[in-house]
Amino acid sequence: MSANDTMPHLAVRDLSIHFPTDDGLVRAVDGLSFGLERGKTLGIVGESGSGKSVTSLGILGLHSGGNARLSGEIWLDGDELISAPPEAVRRLRGKKMAMIFQDPLSAMHPYYSVGKQIIEAYRIHNDVSKAAARRHAIDMLGRVGIPQPDRRVDDYPHQFSGGMRQRAMIAMALSCDPELLIADEPTTALDVTVQAQILDLMRDLQREFNSALIIITHDLGVVAELADDILVMYGGKCVEYGAAEDIFLTPEHPYTWGLLSSVPRLDREPTERLKPIKGAPPSLINIPSGCAFHPRCPYAAESGERAKEEVPPLAETATGGHLVRCHLSRARRREIWENDVKPILETT
Amino acid sequence: MRTRSGVAIAAIGTALALGLSACAGGGGNTPPGQSGGGSAGAVKEEFNAALGKVYNPSKAKGGIVKMAHEGTWDSLDPGNTYYGYSFNFARLYGRTLVMFKPAPGAEGNTLVPDLAESLGETSDGGKTWTYKLRKGVKFEDGTEITSKDIAYSVARSFDKQVLPKGPSYLNELLDWPKDYKGAFKEPDRDISSAIETPDDYTIIFKLKAAFGSFDYIVQMPMTMPVPKAKDTGTKYQEHVIASGPYMFDKNEIGKSFSLKRNPNWDPATDPNRPALPDGFEVQLNVNADDIDNRLISGDVHLAVTGLGLQQAARTRVLNDPVLKARTDNAKLQRLWYLSVIPDIEPLNNIECRKAVLWAVDRTSVQRAYGGPNGGDIATGMIPPSLGGYKEISTYATPGNKGDINKAKAALAACGQPNGFNADISYRSERPGEKAFAEAVQQSLAKVGIKLTLKPFPDGDYFTLYAGKPDYVKQNKLGLAVNGWGSDYPETFGFLQAIADSRTIRDSGNYNLSIKIPEVDQKIDQVKGEADVAARDALWAEINQRIMDEAVTVPGVYAKSILMRGKGLTNLYVSDSQQMYDYVGVGVQQ
Amino acid sequence: MITYIIRRLIGAVIMLVIVSIVTFAIFFLVPRLVGATPESMASRYAGRTATAETQHLIAQRLGFYDPMPVQYGRFVKGLVVGAEYDTGTSVEKCPAPCFGYSYLTQQPVWPDLVDRSRVTFSLGVGAAVIWVIAGVATGVISALRRRSFFDRAAMGIALAGVSMPVFFTGMISLVFFSYYLGWTVPGGTYVDFTVDPFQWAYSLILPWVTLAFLFAAGYARLTRAGMLETMNEDYIRTARAKGLPERTVVVKHGLRAALTPIVTIFGLDFGLLLGGAVLTESTFSLNGLGKYAIEAIVSNDLPKVMGVTLLTAVFVVIANLIVDLLYAVVDPRVRLA
Repeated sequence: MSANDTMPHLAVRDLSIHFPTDDGLVRAVDGLSFGLERGKTLGIVGESGSGKSVTSLGILGLHSGGNARLSGEIWLDGDELISAPPEAVRRLRGKKMAMIFQDPLSAMHPYYSVGKQIIEAYRIHNDVSKAAARRHAIDMLGRVGIPQPDRRVDDYPHQFSGGMRQRAMIAMALSCDPELLIADEPTTALDVTVQAQILDLMRDLQREFNSALIIITHDLGVVAELADDILVMYGGKCVEYGAAEDIFLTPEHPYTWGLLSSVPRLDREPTERLKPIKGAPPSLINIPSGCAFHPRCPYAAESGERAKEEVPPLAETATGGHLVRCHLSRARRREIWENDVKPILETT
Repeated sequence: MRTRSGVAIAAIGTALALGLSACAGGGGNTPPGQSGGGSAGAVKEEFNAALGKVYNPSKAKGGIVKMAHEGTWDSLDPGNTYYGYSFNFARLYGRTLVMFKPAPGAEGNTLVPDLAESLGETSDGGKTWTYKLRKGVKFEDGTEITSKDIAYSVARSFDKQVLPKGPSYLNELLDWPKDYKGAFKEPDRDISSAIETPDDYTIIFKLKAAFGSFDYIVQMPMTMPVPKAKDTGTKYQEHVIASGPYMFDKNEIGKSFSLKRNPNWDPATDPNRPALPDGFEVQLNVNADDIDNRLISGDVHLAVTGLGLQQAARTRVLNDPVLKARTDNAKLQRLWYLSVIPDIEPLNNIECRKAVLWAVDRTSVQRAYGGPNGGDIATGMIPPSLGGYKEISTYATPGNKGDINKAKAALAACGQPNGFNADISYRSERPGEKAFAEAVQQSLAKVGIKLTLKPFPDGDYFTLYAGKPDYVKQNKLGLAVNGWGSDYPETFGFLQAIADSRTIRDSGNYNLSIKIPEVDQKIDQVKGEADVAARDALWAEINQRIMDEAVTVPGVYAKSILMRGKGLTNLYVSDSQQMYDYVGVGVQQ
Repeated sequence: MITYIIRRLIGAVIMLVIVSIVTFAIFFLVPRLVGATPESMASRYAGRTATAETQHLIAQRLGFYDPMPVQYGRFVKGLVVGAEYDTGTSVEKCPAPCFGYSYLTQQPVWPDLVDRSRVTFSLGVGAAVIWVIAGVATGVISALRRRSFFDRAAMGIALAGVSMPVFFTGMISLVFFSYYLGWTVPGGTYVDFTVDPFQWAYSLILPWVTLAFLFAAGYARLTRAGMLETMNEDYIRTARAKGLPERTVVVKHGLRAALTPIVTIFGLDFGLLLGGAVLTESTFSLNGLGKYAIEAIVSNDLPKVMGVTLLTAVFVVIANLIVDLLYAVVDPRVRLA
């Protein structure tokens, strides 16, 4: 298959990432498909262990060299990445696709100055002098809102505050003007006020650079204002996928409902804000049979034995492009959302 | 545990290393020097080939003899050295009034004139000794050696503050002026009461009392002439002015030195030294086990200290016929023995001491020192190659295994029929002494004498423990393992220091058990006796008297396993040196 | 920074004073406490069967009759302003730092120490280069190819290297390479670097490798553990995400961080080594500081003992200081903290 006009800038098709271990096969990602255009934002949401970070590392080709088994296709701007030689993927990494990590303190090398780390990222893909790269680094630091970038460029990561570090990290990721930017929990390690600033910054920069942006988070609230599309993952599979307004206004999967109830909100007391989904995320070695969510699903009983025996298909709902993987009938899902879940979310 | 496994690994390592070098060096009898130094044909390698005869005799000159030393030379200054190997080696670069004849076996134990025209002459029964010097003997710088140079070297060696290490026989024997401090501090003092030099070729030594074997004293290196103008005191060791056939080439104290031919040495003035090699190279501070490996591989010719192979190499070499054929089992004038201290109860009773002598299994003591190759079973205090030696049968037992019945009888006579308890000391760093003490412990246990082992550090053994009368008495140290070697190969030089009770001091004693007035008196008699046969008869009486008193248990007359490197000529063990004679040795080219 | 170094240097001097007092006490005071007299101590430096008179004279010359603080003071004075030594025929100046004259060989100690240091330093530097390169490279490859044949083999050899004493490996290699194959020079050969750099290296190659084998083993294990840890760090993932070639990731990002503890250990190891690689020097008969120390201790030659102890202490102190400074260079977090 070759790239064609109908294919989005980033297209992931039937992506599976498995890790053989001594204890068994870990199915971290299983049959995942999605697409993303430049200038658009996709939010991948799920609890830890749902496979969302593995997916992002898979797109960047960071599993090569390890013992991961990848199958499916990842197309970026007409190039297929899974079958491409690792060296070719490496050349794309940092240049066409870049990544921002969760904890900027541990994600930046403690022994090199912030400037050096940006210069390194820039010069590996651009044949420029050190001085030019340094000017670029200062420029990038300025653009992510770091005051006096010409002075701070020689500072070390530990001399930056948490928010500044994440800005620097973003500057580093954007230094080569990537077409695809993946942000893995970009605000989790930051405090709430800084979170908002970073999210604003990312939105502004995305517009400026016109890149495709994937934000990976366990917190639907983070992507509420940013994302065009939302993909909800559970047990390595996509359980709900659609436009952001569909997911927020008419979510149809019981897991999505659970995620919505656990969104932290500024207007609530911290003590009551967490309404976690009962039960623990599934083991990826031993994913529950049938619907992977059934052991934790309050409505699983309605589907009877099917819940345990049959993997529900990712089926389209009435709204175009809105996919849900659930045994419940569409009508029943609407009924539960409207009557049981939505009122609780809206009170208080 | 840690040290044990360390020692085990070391032993394995050395064994493996020796195995490898056996591969390297044991490839049969290929003559090392292809050209063969003149008369040398195929050399027959044979065990003890250099004992009592000359191995690979040759008159061919040339080549360099390489030697290695496991430690540091005490000093190259002839007035400041006191080791047998040093006395042996110093004769290469220095000449004394008389010297031991460079010859194998017993012949090597005779004195011949060197700088002197003849052996010492005395007209008053040994109180005054006169030597006439050969004419035309020169130092390395070409100046002639005179009697004044010898007188000066003796006078300088008097100063024990500057030159502390040499023997002090001449300090004690000669009639020095009152409160004399030596040639360094009193360069202009008249010492004619001790030494007179009436002319350049005559030197007269004047003693306080008669001393019959004075020639044995003046063969020691402190009579090697030192030119006063070139003397630099403690630094003279850095450049000794040669009078022998070799002079110093390079000399790095503590590392190495080399000798080259002395152009001003005239063989016409020196009938004794063949001076075969062109030079000698001596490396100092070489790992002892490495020296053995290098002897085997042929990388060095001789281990200069002449003490024989280390334990690891010894076992390995003796079990390999090819390597064994390159060794000589030389007798040493060294005795390993046990002091039975008569001050400690119940050993103050002679019967109890006799019980100890009867009970000790001498074969087990011999095993402690490595069996027959390590030494012969001793019956008295005088080793076989010294005058006055006689096998003493007073405590002879069947097979030398000890006699339990006679020991028990002696115990009963002592009033201790069930035995008693006592302590036995030894030097902890010496495995042979430890094994000796353990062997005695086992032997005595059979008659009810229970011994407790008391190891003490080597360095302080005599100064703080077994040689300190106060310590011995307070701690009731009844038995002490000791070893003794001769200063010079004459019975006086061997026995006087450990048999004369008048030498006993507050500490630092090598003997605390032989305290017999009759022996002291006989030693005085020996000193005044100029006749060798009469001296030997007196020594034999002394030896018997000591054994009768049962104050020592002779262990073994020690022997060493000397290894010949490859390509040596004219090699032999002389009884005077108890090792290879360095004056005679040559090397194939 | 400057005040820090000055503070450290003052601390170092105090430490050296303590070390010298303790050493002095061990070799002078303790024997006296257990009953040695000035004469019995002097007898160690005399020939055998020294008479009481000789012992007395030596004790007098060595100043054993003076009170202990006076003896120690004389030692310190020699260090600071130098001393004079009576050779018998003249009085020799011993310029500061004068560690005195050996009681046994009557040679000044300081020139010996300088001379011996060259050997030990040569041995240490060469061995260090080999062991750091070999150890770190092995450790890195082992970590990257964890559980591979290389890893298992290398770690097996490393374990052997750590547990096998130098006198074992040294003696075997000496006999095999020198006496059997004839590839290298025999033990005890040392050519100074200034005389002939090639002969210098040739004469030392066997001791270097032997000594390096012992240390490389430890460094390989240390590097491997460090690399396994750092290669799992987030910043390694970042480096890869930037598109850096794997080599750059491993060396510049992984190894750089893993080296920090190695630098520390290296500084201490090297400092101690300069004080004398006792076993290696003994096995290969190299006349370095370690052998000097052994000779000195065995023969109770106090000036030599004091000299070598203090010099070793100085090396360790300097090595520590350099490690601390180097630490700041390696890890910027330390620099400003």
